[in-house]
Amino acid sequence: MPTFDLASVPLRDLNQALHAVGAGANETEFEVINPRGAHAVAVGIDAPVRVDVHGSVGYYCAGMNAEATVTVHGSVGPGVAENMMSGTVVVKGDASQYAGATGHGGLLVIEGNASSRCGISMKGIDIVVKGNIGHMSAFMAQAGNLVVLGDAGDALGDSLYEAKLFVRGEVKSLGADCVKKKMRPKHLALLADLLAKAGVTDAKPEEFTRYGSARALYHFNIDNVDAY
Amino acid sequence: MAPPARSIISTSTMSTRIEAGQMTYKNPPTAPRQSATFDEYTLSEIRRAAATGIYDIRGAGAKRKVPHFDDLLFLGASISRYPLEGYREACGTNVVLGARHAKKPIELKIPITIAGMSFGSLSGPAKEALGRGATLAGTSTTTGDGGMTEEERGHSEILVYQYLPSRYGMNPHDLRRADAIEVVVGQGAKPGGGGMLLGQKISDRVAEMRTLPPGIDQRSACRHPDWTGPDDLEIKIQELREITDWEKPIYVKVGGARPYYDTALAVKSGADVVVLDGMQGGTAATQEVFIENVGLPTLACIRPAVQALQDLGMHRKVQLVISGGVRNGADVAKALALGADAVSIGTAALVAIGDNDPRWEKEYQALGTTAGAYDDWHEGRDPAGISTQDPELMKRVDPVAAGRRLANYLKVMTLEAQTIARACGKNHVHNLEPEDLCALSIEASAMAGVPLAGTDWIPGKTGL
Ligand SMILES: Cc1cc2nc3c(=O)[nH]c(=O)nc-3n(C[C@H](O)[C@H](O)[C@H](O)COP(=O)(O)O)c2cc1C
Repeated sequence: MPTFDLASVPLRDLNQALHAVGAGANETEFEVINPRGAHAVAVGIDAPVRVDVHGSVGYYCAGMNAEATVTVHGSVGPGVAENMMSGTVVVKGDASQYAGATGHGGLLVIEGNASSRCGISMKGIDIVVKGNIGHMSAFMAQAGNLVVLGDAGDALGDSLYEAKLFVRGEVKSLGADCVKKKMRPKHLALLADLLAKAGVTDAKPEEFTRYGSARALYHFNIDNVDAY
Repeated sequence: MAPPARSIISTSTMSTRIEAGQMTYKNPPTAPRQSATFDEYTLSEIRRAAATGIYDIRGAGAKRKVPHFDDLLFLGASISRYPLEGYREACGTNVVLGARHAKKPIELKIPITIAGMSFGSLSGPAKEALGRGATLAGTSTTTGDGGMTEEERGHSEILVYQYLPSRYGMNPHDLRRADAIEVVVGQGAKPGGGGMLLGQKISDRVAEMRTLPPGIDQRSACRHPDWTGPDDLEIKIQELREITDWEKPIYVKVGGARPYYDTALAVKSGADVVVLDGMQGGTAATQEVFIENVGLPTLACIRPAVQALQDLGMHRKVQLVISGGVRNGADVAKALALGADAVSIGTAALVAIGDNDPRWEKEYQALGTTAGAYDDWHEGRDPAGISTQDPELMKRVDPVAAGRRLANYLKVMTLEAQTIARACGKNHVHNLEPEDLCALSIEASAMAGVPLAGTDWIPGKTGL
C-alpha cells in the first residue's frame, strides 16, 4: 500500500497519484501520514480507491470526491467533502464549518460534532453526524438527507428547498421556511437505511424528528418579505 | 362675477382674458413643466411599486449616464511619435492568460472574450451561438450560473467554467473539461448581490441542472457557501488547482467596488487572472435599485486595478480583464491603453446574435416596450429567443448564422482597436498606454488618470 508522508512529500504528488488511478489499477489503497492540517488532502479523486488519512487535516479534505472511500482518523477543517459526487467520507473526529457543502451525492459520516453551516446548499449528498451540528446548518439545502444524532444549533434549514433533515436531539431554532414534518413509514425506512450505512447501531429511526421546507418562499411574495 | 378691468389679476387659468379698454389679449400660458427630480420614469416606478408591492427586477446593466470610454480620446501620432502603416505593418492582438501558475495557460487571438452568462438565463441555441462565434474569432466563452451545457462545451474551443456561490451544476467532470476556471466573487451589475431566476424560466432541463424543482423561483446565493475572505479564497484556489492538477488558469471575477484592494487580494490569493466588471455590466436579472445605485463605473475601475498590479510587480503577469459596457474597438483600445490585458463582453455579444433587434418591434410593443429598451430578460418571453427557455421562441436563434454574426462583430472590434493602435504607433494593442489618451471631462480625467484634453491637468494628481 503506497504511503504518502506529507511531512516530506508535496501535497501535489499525493493528489496526482490519486488522480492517476485508472481502471484496472493495481494500487487501490493509499495511506497518508503526517497531514499536519494540510488543506486539499485527497481532493478530486475519481476512482473507487480507499484512502486512510492518519491525523487531522485543514480545509476541503476529500473535496469533489467521486467513488472513493476516504477516512480521516482525526478531525477536519472547513468544507470536508465539499461538492462530493459519490463515494464515502468518514471523519473519526470533529468537523469544522461547511461540512459536505453543496455535495451532490455519496455519504459523509462525521463521528464527532460538526460546526456551523453543515450541509449548506447540499444538492443530494447524505450526511450523518453522530454528535451535534452548529448554527445555519442546511442553509438553502436543495436535496439529500442530513441526519443528526445530537442537537442542532440556531436557524436550522433556513431557506430550505427539498432536502430532508432528521434530528434526534434538540433544535435550538428553525430558520425561515423550515418546519417540523410528520415522520411517515417511508421516512423511517430511509432513516433506518442511512443509519445502517453510517454504522450507527445505538439509535432508532423513531427517536428522530423530521424537518423540511414549508415551501412558502418558493415564489416571491411581498408579504413574506420579513422572511427573506 | 364681472371680469376685472384694467388689471391682470387672475392667474388661476392659463388663458385669462383681460379686458383692457377695447383690447383683449391672452396671457401667455406657461408650458406644463416636468420635474427633473420626479421625471416620467420615476413617477411610473412609484406607481408600479404601489400597485405591485414588489421591487422591479430586470436584466441588462445600468442605464443612467456615467463617465465612460466615450469621455476619452486618443491623441494619435504626431512629430514625436510616428504611426504604423495600416494593413501593412503588423499590429498584434493576441493575449496569453494564466501563465502565472497554470501548466496550460490559454492563448486568445484577440483581446476580447465572451463573458459568463448562465444557461437558464440564456437559451441553449444562444449559448451555442456564443460558442460558435467566439471560436470562429479565436477567443473564449464562459459558462455561468447553472452549469456547463453541451451546447457551449461542444461549440467553444476555449471555455471558461464559472465557480459561483450557488454551485448550481458544479461537478469535477466539467471542471476537468474546462479550459480555465473563474471563481465569481461578484458582478458589476450587483456587487454584493445574489441572483434570482424566476419560476417561469425554470424548465425541466434548467431545474435538473440546478437540482431544484421546476417552476419555482431560484435564489442564487450572494456569498460562497464554503469560504469567506481572502485567506479562505487562497485555500479555495489551492483546492481547485489540486483537483485539476495545476493545469488550468484560475480567474477571479469581482464587481467594481474597491478595485485596488480587490485586485490586490485576488493576486494575493493566487489568481492567474483578475476579471473586473464595472457597474454598467449586464445581468440576467437583478433589482433595478441595485443595478443603478451600487458599484463603480467601469472607467473608474481600471486605473486602481492596474495600480494594484503594478504595486505588486504583477502587471502583465496576472492578467486584467475588464468588462461593463464595452461596445466597440475604441472601447477595447481605451481599456487596454489604461492597462487592461483584455476585455469581455456580455450585452454587446447578445445584441450581435440578435437581442433587441428592431425586426421584432411589434412583439416588443406587445410586451409594453420597444426594441433597444427591452430588459425583462428574467421573464423568459424574449421575442429574439435569447433570454428565454420557451422552445418556440428559442427556435428564432439560428446558432450557425448568429455565431457568424458574433464572429463578424468581434473581428470588426479587433480591427478598430488595431486601427487606433497603429495610429498611435503601436505594433501590439498591449503597447497602447495612458499617454496616448486625453479626457473630455474633468470627471473622466480624474477617473481614468489621463489629462483633461488640451491641458496637462489630472484632478487629484497634478496641479490643484
Ligand atoms: C444575460 C446575462 C447573464 C449573465 N449571467 C452571469 C453569470 O451567470 N455569472 C456572471 O458572473 N456574470 C453574469 N453576467 C454578467 C457578465 O458576465 C458580464 O459581467 C457583463 O455582462 C459585462 O458587461 P456588458 O454586458 O456591458 O458587456 C450576465 C450578464 C448577462 C447580460
